[in-house]
Amino acid sequence: MAVIIIEVMPKKELLDPAGKAVHHALQRDGIDSFTDVRIGKRFELAVDGDVTDAHLEHAKTLADELLSNGVIEDVIDIRIGDVS
Amino acid sequence: MGVVTFPGSLDDRDARRAITLAGHTAVALWHKDHDLQSVDAVVLPGGFSYGDYLRCGAIAAKSPIVGDIVEAIGKGLPVLGICNGFQILMEAGVLPGGLIRNDHGQFICRDQELIVENTATRWTAGFDQGQRITIPLKNGEGGYIADDETLARVENEGLVAFRYAKVNPNGSLHDIAGLTNPTGTVVGLMPHPEHAVEPGFGPDTDLAMRSGEDGLTFFTSLALEAVLR
Repeated sequence: MAVIIIEVMPKKELLDPAGKAVHHALQRDGIDSFTDVRIGKRFELAVDGDVTDAHLEHAKTLADELLSNGVIEDVIDIRIGDVS
Repeated sequence: MGVVTFPGSLDDRDARRAITLAGHTAVALWHKDHDLQSVDAVVLPGGFSYGDYLRCGAIAAKSPIVGDIVEAIGKGLPVLGICNGFQILMEAGVLPGGLIRNDHGQFICRDQELIVENTATRWTAGFDQGQRITIPLKNGEGGYIADDETLARVENEGLVAFRYAKVNPNGSLHDIAGLTNPTGTVVGLMPHPEHAVEPGFGPDTDLAMRSGEDGLTFFTSLALEAVLR
């Protein structure tokens, strides 16, 4: 089964309270080798057969209009992947 | 006055009760319907519509009835979005900006003092400019954000309806608690007016415990009653 993978992240300039909470937990555990944590989302849109240009085009529109909110998030990547 | 129920709505019944206490007829609307039942105004209530999956309010913004409501807003339908309803109005592009998780990362529940910044709306015309009111606030994702350009427009055009007073409970930019649209027909805010409409069940006041009913004014302004049959 082919999938289109879409990755969405909170905008860089915005506070990411969830990522910050995880980062604080790491620091509390004495893990200081990671300077920051940010949490985003990954969507997998499955299609029958191969991914076509039309699928990709449609996924791109969906990514901008529904799967992300441009006020607070950025679409980082849209790519074809395999899920077995 | 219609109140929409989505899967995951929590305060729809409270909103209907507030409308009834204000002397109006409350009409239950259903998220899947394409039927506004000829109501003269709509309340989008608080809760966690569709489990707040994807983003708060995002899936509700794409629901059949919200499509109809957005269209009706274009024709002047008064709409009040409370908490999740405010998030829905933003996701639907009716009000500018976004709401993100509270900066301290925690759910907050408190009686919140607000400053009324704009009384030229259907829902706030019963207040005085600069009036301080207290109504409950309860949310996890109420931090108002917008880019600099949007924030400047919101301020310059007087679209800020309410600001948090004394305490900024969630990191909202410019202490923004609620917004209106340029025509003043739509108001969205994070705090809950429908929980402060009856003595005995509202926030504490200087006079008595739980006697606060500042929220009732949202539902009784003459500017609102002018459009109710």
